[in-house]
Amino acid sequence: MPVMSYIQAVTTALREEMIRDEKVFILGEDVGKKGGVFRATDGLYDEFGEYRVLDTPLAESAIAGVGIGAAMYGMRPVAEMQFADFIMPAVNQIISEAAKLRYRSNNDWNAPITIRAPYGGGVHGALYHSQSVEAVFANQPGLKIVMPSTPYDVKGLLKAAIRDNDPVLFFEHKRAYRLLKGEVPEDDYVLPIGKADVKREGSDITVITYGLGVHFALQAAEKLAEEGIDAHILDLRTVYPLDKDAIIEAASKTGKVLLVTEDNKEGSIIGEVSAIIAENCLFDLDAPVQRLAGPDVPAMPYAPTMEKYFMVNPDKVEKAMRELAEF
Amino acid sequence: MPTEKINMPQLGESVTEGTINSWLVAVGDHVNKYDPIAEVMTDKVNAEVPSSFTGTIKELVAQEGDTIEVGELMCYIEVEGEGENESTSSEKETKGESNTSEESSEQDQSMKKRYSPAVLRMAQENDIDLENVTGSGRGGRITRKDIEKTIASGDIPRKAEESSQPKQTEIPKEEKKEVPTKPTPSPTPSTQPGDIEIPVTGVRKAIAQNMVRSTQEIPHAWMTVEVDVTELVSYRNQVKKDFKQKEGFSLTFFSFFVKAVAQALKEFPQLNSTWAEDKIIQRKDINLSIAVAKDQELFVPVIKNADEKSIKGIAKDINELATKARTGKLTSEDMQGGTFTVNNTGSFGSIHSMGVINHPQAAILQIESIVKRPVILNDMFAARDMVNLSLSLDHRVLDGLICGQFLSRVKEILENINQDNTNLY
Repeated sequence: MPVMSYIQAVTTALREEMIRDEKVFILGEDVGKKGGVFRATDGLYDEFGEYRVLDTPLAESAIAGVGIGAAMYGMRPVAEMQFADFIMPAVNQIISEAAKLRYRSNNDWNAPITIRAPYGGGVHGALYHSQSVEAVFANQPGLKIVMPSTPYDVKGLLKAAIRDNDPVLFFEHKRAYRLLKGEVPEDDYVLPIGKADVKREGSDITVITYGLGVHFALQAAEKLAEEGIDAHILDLRTVYPLDKDAIIEAASKTGKVLLVTEDNKEGSIIGEVSAIIAENCLFDLDAPVQRLAGPDVPAMPYAPTMEKYFMVNPDKVEKAMRELAEF
Repeated sequence: MPTEKINMPQLGESVTEGTINSWLVAVGDHVNKYDPIAEVMTDKVNAEVPSSFTGTIKELVAQEGDTIEVGELMCYIEVEGEGENESTSSEKETKGESNTSEESSEQDQSMKKRYSPAVLRMAQENDIDLENVTGSGRGGRITRKDIEKTIASGDIPRKAEESSQPKQTEIPKEEKKEVPTKPTPSPTPSTQPGDIEIPVTGVRKAIAQNMVRSTQEIPHAWMTVEVDVTELVSYRNQVKKDFKQKEGFSLTFFSFFVKAVAQALKEFPQLNSTWAEDKIIQRKDINLSIAVAKDQELFVPVIKNADEKSIKGIAKDINELATKARTGKLTSEDMQGGTFTVNNTGSFGSIHSMGVINHPQAAILQIESIVKRPVILNDMFAARDMVNLSLSLDHRVLDGLICGQFLSRVKEILENINQDNTNLY
C-alpha cells in the first residue's frame, strides 16, 4: 500500500473523481496553472485542461455562487477557498443558498457542491491564514462539515463529499498537509460522511477530537501508555452533523472525557459534543467533561511565542489527558 | 563529569523526522556548544545539527543513514562546567518534587467520599459498600475503574447487617430529637387586610418551642380534685394585714398551696422526677417552678428547696421572683433547676384547666380560683370556700394511682391548715 502525505491524498482523490465522473470540475484561486498555493491541485490542469480546472478571480462569493449554480445544473463542482479565512465573503452563498436549497425548493433542487478550504494554525500564518471557521457553519442544517485527520480518511471522505448530493464543506488542516503521512489504498474506496472513527482503543480516558487534534492525542497517548494510562481516541471526522451514537459510546466507555479543538473554546464544536454527553451519559461519567481549546481571543497571534501559547499541541494534550486520568 | 543527551532537533515546522546524512564528529572529539555535529536530511531541508553542550562526544547512538524522529536520541556527550550540573540537579529537584506530591496525594483523602455518577450507579447496582473501597484517584477519590476492578475481583465489600441495625434504632431517636424544633408543618395562614402581623421573637418563640416540645413529646394525662379551703381562707384573712405590716409583702393564698405541694412531694418523690428515655430520674431537691405572666411574656422562675422553707419564706420568694419578672430582672439562675411546676391559674379566675407540663418535669399542678360554693356538709348545705387542683402528668413516668394518692395528700394538708396547727414562720 503506498504511503502518501495528507495533501497527496487530496490530489489523488480529486484526480480519481475527475477521471470517474466528467461532471466533476475544480474552481478556485490559482488552482489551475499554478496547481494551488499548497499544490493540492498540482498536475490536474495539465491532465484535465482549463475547462475542468478553472482559475477564478479573487472573489470568494463568486467561487461559491458559480459553483452552486453549476451544481444546481447537474455538475459536481469542487470549489477551493485558498484559505478558510477567506471564506467569509462566500458565507451568504453557502448558508443562505446552498444549505437551504433543497428545503426551500421542496426537494426540486439540490446543490451537490464540495467546498474545500485549508484551515488551522501553527504555521506562522497569523490572523488571515490560521483560523478555524467550522463553528460558523456548524448550526446550519443542510450543510455537512468534514474535517479529516489522516491521508486515508482524506481520500475516502473527499470522494464521499464529491459524490454527496448536497453541499459539503471539506476543511483540511494546512499544517497536516506535509506533516502527516499514511498508507492510502490505491482502490476506489469511499468513507461514510457523518461517521466518527475510533483511532485508538483504550479503557482509562476518552479523547474526542478532530483534525490535527487527533494526531496530537495519538502522540500523547503513546507517551501515556508507558505510564499505564490507556487512552481511547475518537476522531469525529464529520463535525456537523455529529455522530451522536459514536460520541455516546466513546464517552460511556471510560466515563472520563477530554474534548480537544484548536478553535476558540467558547462556542466551538466540542461544546456541542459536551452537551450530547451531558444529555446521554450522566450515569456513566466519572469526571467532569474537560475541554482543551484555543483561548477566547480574536485571532492567532503572529509572534512565535504567542502562537505557541495559542495553539493546542501534543504537550498540552498530554498534560490534560494525564490530569484527567489521575482524577 | 555528567553525561548529557543530544536529541534530534525540530528543523522545520512540518518536519517530524530526519535522516542522518553523516556525522561530523567522532567519539572522543571535543566540541563547543553550537558546533555542528551532524548533517541531517529532511523532506524539506538539509541542515546541520548543532551541539547543545560543550564537551566530549561519548557515544554515537544513531548511525549514518538512520531516520530518527524529532526528539529522539542522537548521541551522548560528556559535559564539563557548572551549567550542566545545574541542569541535572534541577532535574533531580523536579523529580524530588514529583515524589513528594505523589506522597501527599496518597495521604490526601479529601475526595474519598466524592462519588461520581458512574461510581454511585455501579455501587448501587452491585450492592457495594463504598466505605470499604480504596480509591486510586486524586485525593483518594474512588474512580469508575476502582469499582470495575472490585467487581472483577469478585471480592465485593457489602454493607454488614450488624452495622445496619444500630442505624435502625437510631432513627426513632433522631426523630424524637427533631420533633420539638420541627412542629408538624402546616400551610402558613394568609394575612387578610386589617390583620396585624406580629413577628415571633425572643420569649414568645421560646415559649412556642417549649410548648410544642412538651405536647409532642410528653403523653399528657389529667386529674382534678376539689379541695375545701374554708379554714385556710379564714386563717389567711385573719393574719394577712399584720403580716403585710410586719414583713412588707403580701401573704398570698398561693404561698400556702406551694408549701402544701412541697410537703406532699417529699412524700411522693415519684412526681418530682424526669423521663430520661431508658430511665426515670427522681430528683432529690424540690425546686418548684411557678408561672409568672408579664404582658405578652411568661416566665417560670424557681423557688429552690421549697420543702425546706416556711410559708413566710415561700411567700417572700414568690414576691421577689414576681417583682423581678415584672421588672425584667430575672436571671437565668432564677429560672433553672425546677423539678415540678405549680401554676396559679386561679389568679386569672380560672376554675378548671389542663396545664402543659414544663419539660422535662413529670407533672404540673394548676391552682384554680377559690370560689365560695354551696356544698353538702354533714348532710346539710353549707357555704364553703372551694378550690380545684388540676394535675397534668407525664403518663410515661406516672400513673393514676400514685397521682391520686399525691392529690389526696395535698388536699389533706390544705384542708387541715388552720390557725391552731399551722405556723407561718
